[in-house]
Amino acid sequence: MFSQEFMRNALLAGTFVALACGVGGWFVVLRGQVFAGDALSHVAFPGALAAAAAGLDERVGLLVATVAGGAGIGLLGRGALAGRGARGSAAVPADDTTIGIAFTFILGLGVFFLTLFSMGSGGGAGIVAAHTLFGSIFGLGSGEALLTAALATGAAVVVLAISRPLLFASVAPEVAAARGVPTRLLGVCFLAVVGVIAAAAAQAIGALLLLGLLTVPAASAHRAARSPFAGIALAGLLAVAAMWGGLTLAYMLPWLPPSTAVVAVAALIYWASRILT
Amino acid sequence: MPADIANPRLSWNLAQDVSELLEYHFMTNALLAGAIVAVIAGLIGWLMVLRRETFAGHTLSLMAFPGASSAALLGVPAAWGYFAFCGVGALAIGRLSGGERRAWSEESAGIGAVQAVALAAGFLFVSLYGGVLGDLENLLFGNPIGVSDGQVLLLAAVAVVALLVLGAIGRPLLFASIDPHVAGARGVPVGALSSTFLLLLGLAVAATSQITGVLLVFALLVGPPATAQAITARPLLSLGLTVVFGLFVVWLGLGISYFSVYPAGFFIATISFAVYVLARVLVAARAWRSYGRPRRPPAPEPSPSGVIA
Repeated sequence: MFSQEFMRNALLAGTFVALACGVGGWFVVLRGQVFAGDALSHVAFPGALAAAAAGLDERVGLLVATVAGGAGIGLLGRGALAGRGARGSAAVPADDTTIGIAFTFILGLGVFFLTLFSMGSGGGAGIVAAHTLFGSIFGLGSGEALLTAALATGAAVVVLAISRPLLFASVAPEVAAARGVPTRLLGVCFLAVVGVIAAAAAQAIGALLLLGLLTVPAASAHRAARSPFAGIALAGLLAVAAMWGGLTLAYMLPWLPPSTAVVAVAALIYWASRILT
Repeated sequence: MPADIANPRLSWNLAQDVSELLEYHFMTNALLAGAIVAVIAGLIGWLMVLRRETFAGHTLSLMAFPGASSAALLGVPAAWGYFAFCGVGALAIGRLSGGERRAWSEESAGIGAVQAVALAAGFLFVSLYGGVLGDLENLLFGNPIGVSDGQVLLLAAVAVVALLVLGAIGRPLLFASIDPHVAGARGVPVGALSSTFLLLLGLAVAATSQITGVLLVFALLVGPPATAQAITARPLLSLGLTVVFGLFVVWLGLGISYFSVYPAGFFIATISFAVYVLARVLVAARAWRSYGRPRRPPAPEPSPSGVIA
């Protein structure tokens, strides 16, 4: 398996993407921002198509869209309080509604760019759309794999660097703000970094499936580990395990798409964590 | 049903445009199906926005993707797969996130897991089927122009069932949505209502996604209700406004797309978003004038403001 070049590239990119997804995802789940992460994953698609329609590299469009989307949700939303608290209480801002409407509009733009692009260039649009939506990890060249791995690693390092104040701001936002922690700035920065992670992961497992890698290992880690830093480490570990397990499965079973295999392994881990804890 | 006649944006040679549009059977089918969908998506979406279950609704809308692709794989009509997967998805979300009262973060993580598994399954079915990209685009972005007579009938049947159930459980559901704790204490079966509502939501989503496509269901499910709830706090008035906005968005979107090369889903999503933004701006302007500073519109809960010590 390791003698195949495409497999080595996939494992290189996949490992670091999974690590970043696990670490970032732990905070996404903690802060109740799964829906925001979901919206970012869908924003990747119009971004890539807009770049393709404008004749730019689709990865540039993807990155710009997800980072801008993340920062936008952070700025427009209510910071760390986004979507938290019991349903139906008047104090909770309806962030989810705003996110839902805004990203539907952005997806609509994606359809528009898809049409625009397919009128300009024969059959390329469908291929770009399929790659962005579902990823093509076995199709990564060695340069792309290195770039993806570097992007993901950078994002993971940033999350770890701000992890202490971010944890404080996520668990007790009012207290953190009173102690002088810039909770709002942290929230915006965090979502922008999640945007970078989403952009890296969109290339590896696709825009539609990256939520699985971002959320599912992190949710398992939240159930299994009690202390925060053990949880972060476990989330990264479980995500990497899902990635390796999924890639191996997809290599052995040619009918199984790699993205499906990765999410399936992650879901198995989650199911096990629900039974065991 | 004169809503698209009442809309002023197509006012240049409007009568001719509309009569040209209505001459085609596929166009009347699209408008009819769009109207049915606007009504059920609006009413159920209104409750969804109120209950803050937007993420669950979004996940259910993506259920249509494995639904339709598995139906293609098995060779049965796509609608069967839509409804089957939406039903299963609603039950799974209710099981994973409801039941025991958990924190929101845990609940949304559970919904995320359901969504990831569903999409992975859908992708698997598409690649097993042979993955024809044109079909995939129709699936994701809808094809209202291709709605058949049978589909319109099926949609109407679904709408009747959904409206009957909604009418039967409407009042306790509204109570349980606004204040689950008090409703539970008064003997309202909050958990059962919540599962029933998720099933209804799945039904509405499965019906809507045939028109707007999997990814743009929200244009009809969230847009009109959120707009109406931003404008008024009165339940009945805002329900009525939801239906009016929904019909306006669907018919205008379909009408424009007929005269344009771009797909209907794009216009429906854009008009829905524009109506929402316009309403928010108008409400903010009104609040700014009457209070002297911008304020959020009041939440649609009745507040016991009489008791001040």
